[in-house]
Parts: sequence; C-alpha cells; structure tokens
Amino acid sequence: MKQYKHSVSLDLEKCKGCTNCLKRCPTEAIRIRDGHAVINSDVCIDCGECIRRCPYQAKKANFDRYEDIDAKKYRIALPAPSFYGQFVDLDDVDYVLQGLLDIGFDDVFEVARAAEIVTEYTRRYMSEQDISYPVINSACPAVVRLITLRFPYLCAHVIPMMPPIELAGKIAREEAIAKHPELKPEDIAIVFISPCPAKASYVKNGFLGEKSHVDYVVSMSDIYFKLIGVMKKNATPKATSQSGMIGMSWASTGGEASALFNDKYLAADGIENVIHVLDEIETGHFPMLQFVELNACPGGCVGGVATVENPYIARVRLQALRRYLPVSQNRLEKSDNEGYPEEILFPKDLEYRPVGKFDDDLTTAMQKMSEIEDLAASLPALDCGSCGAPTCRAFAEDVVLGGRSIDECIVYMRERIQKMVQYPGEE
Amino acid sequence: MAETLRFHYEVDGNNFTSAGAASVEVKRKLRQLGFDAETIRRVSIAMYEGEINMVVHARGGSADVYVDKDCITIILADRGPGIPDISLAMQEGYSTAPDNIRALGFGAGMGLPNMKRYTDEMKIETVLGKGTTVTIKVYTNGANKL
Repeated sequence: MKQYKHSVSLDLEKCKGCTNCLKRCPTEAIRIRDGHAVINSDVCIDCGECIRRCPYQAKKANFDRYEDIDAKKYRIALPAPSFYGQFVDLDDVDYVLQGLLDIGFDDVFEVARAAEIVTEYTRRYMSEQDISYPVINSACPAVVRLITLRFPYLCAHVIPMMPPIELAGKIAREEAIAKHPELKPEDIAIVFISPCPAKASYVKNGFLGEKSHVDYVVSMSDIYFKLIGVMKKNATPKATSQSGMIGMSWASTGGEASALFNDKYLAADGIENVIHVLDEIETGHFPMLQFVELNACPGGCVGGVATVENPYIARVRLQALRRYLPVSQNRLEKSDNEGYPEEILFPKDLEYRPVGKFDDDLTTAMQKMSEIEDLAASLPALDCGSCGAPTCRAFAEDVVLGGRSIDECIVYMRERIQKMVQYPGEE
Repeated sequence: MAETLRFHYEVDGNNFTSAGAASVEVKRKLRQLGFDAETIRRVSIAMYEGEINMVVHARGGSADVYVDKDCITIILADRGPGIPDISLAMQEGYSTAPDNIRALGFGAGMGLPNMKRYTDEMKIETVLGKGTTVTIKVYTNGANKL
C-alpha cells in the first residue's frame, strides 16, 4: 500500500511534548515520544485539529508557497468561497478576484462556480431511485478519509461525485486553453487557495487512484496577506465574479445541503460532532434523513486552520456579500437533463480500508483484546497523557500491541517505587 | 480456541443523551477484532435499540456482551416494569413510549422488531413489575437471516 502523504508537520524546536494535541486528536493518531508529538500517518485524517490546539505553534500545515510556483506557467488561482469571508469591508467579490490578478496570477476561476454545478448534479442524484439514504457529501476530504477508515457501512452512502475543487480545476484548464490556444495543458498551473491542510493532502495523494486536476495548494492566509497590500479598491475591478448565492454558501456549514431544496437534511461541523453523527447514522438512527452534510472544521470551511478570520465573522460577511447575487450563475445546459458527465463521478467505488485491527487472525486478536482489557482495568484511568498516549486505554493497546513498557505510566511507577521503599529487596 | 471476551456496561437511565454510547463502544471493539462490516452493523444496531429501550422504558439497566469467534451474544437486563404482552410489543409500530421521548424521534415502535430482524436469535424474559432480560445472538458465519 502506498504511504498516504500528509500535510501536517511538526516543528521539533517548538514542540514541548505537552498533551494538548494528544488529547484532542479525534482519531488518536498522536503519541508523545522522546519529548515531542509523533503522528501515525495511517490513522491521521489531516483534519488540522492538532494545529488548532497547539499553544506553541509547533504544528504546521504544509502548503505550497506562492513563490514556488513556476512563474513561466499560466497560473490560474482557484479561490475557495470561504476566501471571500476573510476581508474587512468588502462589498464586492470582484475586488478579491482583481487582487489575485494584481499579485501575479494570469487568471482566476472561482471554486464557487464549480460548487453550483455540483449542486445541480447532486439534486439530480437525490432524485434517483436506488440510492442509499442518507446521502453523505463528499466535499470535505477529512470526512471522506475518516469514513473509509472507520465507517465501512457508510462508504456506499457517500455521494460518488467529485468535490467542486476537482471540477473547478478541470474547467479552469479547459477554459484557459480555449482562450489561449497556444497553451498546452502542462503550461498551466492550477493553484487552489485553501482554507485547510486536508485539501492539500487530497491534491498530493490524488483521489481513488486518479491524479488531481489541481497542481498547487497554497494557504489562504499566505495569499490573504499578499492581497491586502494590493486591494486598494480605488479602481473599478476588471474581473467579474460568476458565482451566485449557492456557490458562496458552500463556505459555511449547511450551505451545500440547503441548496438542494430538500429539507430532510442534517449539517454537522467540527470533527467530533461529525464522528458522533456518523456513529448514529451507522446505527440506523436517522431513518428520516435524506442528505447529510459533514464538515471537519467548526462552522464549515470558514473554520479551516489556514483561514485568518473567526469563522462566525467570516460567515456573516459572506451573508452580506451574497445578498444581492443571483441564486445561481452556473446551471446545466437544457440538453443536459439526465445522467452525469464522466469527470464528475468517482472513478471507482469508495473503498473501506480499516485501520487498527489487532490481528488478521481472530483468535490472536481476541487474546490481545483480552490482555488489553485486563491491563486497562489495572491502570489509573486518569487519562493524564504522561505516558505519551491519549488515554489509559490507548496506553494499554500500545503496551500489548506496540511493545511499550508499562513503566511509562507514572502512577504505576510511583506505586512500584513506594513498594520498593517500604519493602526493600523484595522486587 | 480463544476464551470468550466479556464486556460489561451499565446503561444510565437518567442521562438520555448518553444512550447508545455502549453500542458505539462495542462497535469499536468489534472493528479492532477484525469482524466483518455486516456483522458489526447488525450487532451495533440491535444493541443500540436495546440500550434505547432500557433508557426509555426501564430507567436504564446493564448490557453484557460476550464475544466468541462464531457468535456474539448480548444480554440486556433491566429492572423496569416488564412487558405485559410480548406479541403486541413485537408488532412493528406498536409503542408505549411517552410523548417527550417521541418528540426526540424515538418511539416509532421499531425497537424490538429491529432487534429481531438484525439478529439470529432473540429471547425475551419478562416479569411484570420486576424487569426484563433480552438475550440476542448474532452468528458471525452463516445463519444470516438477512
């Protein structure tokens, strides 16, 4: 199996080996080893929660830098809709698009446009006969990865439709070639301006074996600071936004779902809430639901760790920005009234790839589970994290499965030392 | 032959928001043990329904889960009012859940029927005024009714 490439890294100098990220990692992917955090890449879903929690800024999201993009290429910026919510006193998205051209991009393609097209196809999909309800959105790569690792039964519920970023990359390249026939596809650099590291990982790894249409992923905060220098707003922008309310709404939680005009939906945000909801759906608890929109970040994409603005403020700004926009500016051609273009569908089925199985042999797995249960019952249940594992239970697993020493538990050690002092020579 | 694994859970009847927590925990353990997705789903749905039943009707109880290689057994025991008419309770859509529980989306009268549907064996022992014990079994190979 190919190693999954992640976009969260650690600054060893800054990491104190504290337990903040350890305790908040939703998949228990982090351990503290030799005084600093180590991430298990098999389990990490790039949700960015550890970056959000680290008080020392030791956890970093790895993005491409704008300067690293070959300036000889025809560079197309793909701003995520959440980007528009970052700016103070912005009353027109066109200033942002113009700013992107002013800092050196050759062209701009709004991801919100692609989002409106995905919305149209999603509505069509929701009217199909043989689909598994509830349909779960595929836009958040952290959620999709979580489902493939932990929710076998829900893989078939994820809408088999590529996320807007992918469609945007494809159309942007095609439009550029149509405008400039001298360009070859490889002369073009598609640059996504991302609110989160999960999208960076998504692009680096490709999806279901296919290479992404996006070439670079830069951080929203990186571009934001370049942009505020040039966005003077004293000249009328030449660039014009081509997205409507629906596309802009995808930036925050509930936007994608409400655009389906089907009120049997649920929208949950924040990775822990998402996990709770998935657990309940898997148990068959919400039979009335038809669509489930899940976003790993609090508030939706506006809550991504690479954004600069508070997600709730960003959401309010987006509400103001989209106020006088048409509902949608990207609709399907009249002739496109059934089926789906190949590029919008998943190239193959979403596959369950379980992690954390104790052993391939059931008897051995059961023996290990039994040892873990016994050990966990003897541990202090403080979940203090001093041993480097997030909980006593996880520590018991590390001891039985990973060969860690029980002596790493400071409570256990203290008791042992007390006994040694009381009854010297008996150990 | 591996020894049977046993897990014990107290289901808190005073805290409705935690109802279903034990079945999520069991699901996690079965996944770690490497059971197939379908088995895990059947066990977790049946156990979830049982947990909810105990919280709604009996102010909680206990759940004991026994995991063998070929069979998963769950014994849900409560000290609630008992079930006066089991065949009526087994009818789909029949429910005695109070209104405030229905307002939460429960009480559709599918609890016991779903437990039967998703398991291979189900046994109900009930004494009015004393309590109810429901034993369900899911065989992990074969004997699949679905």
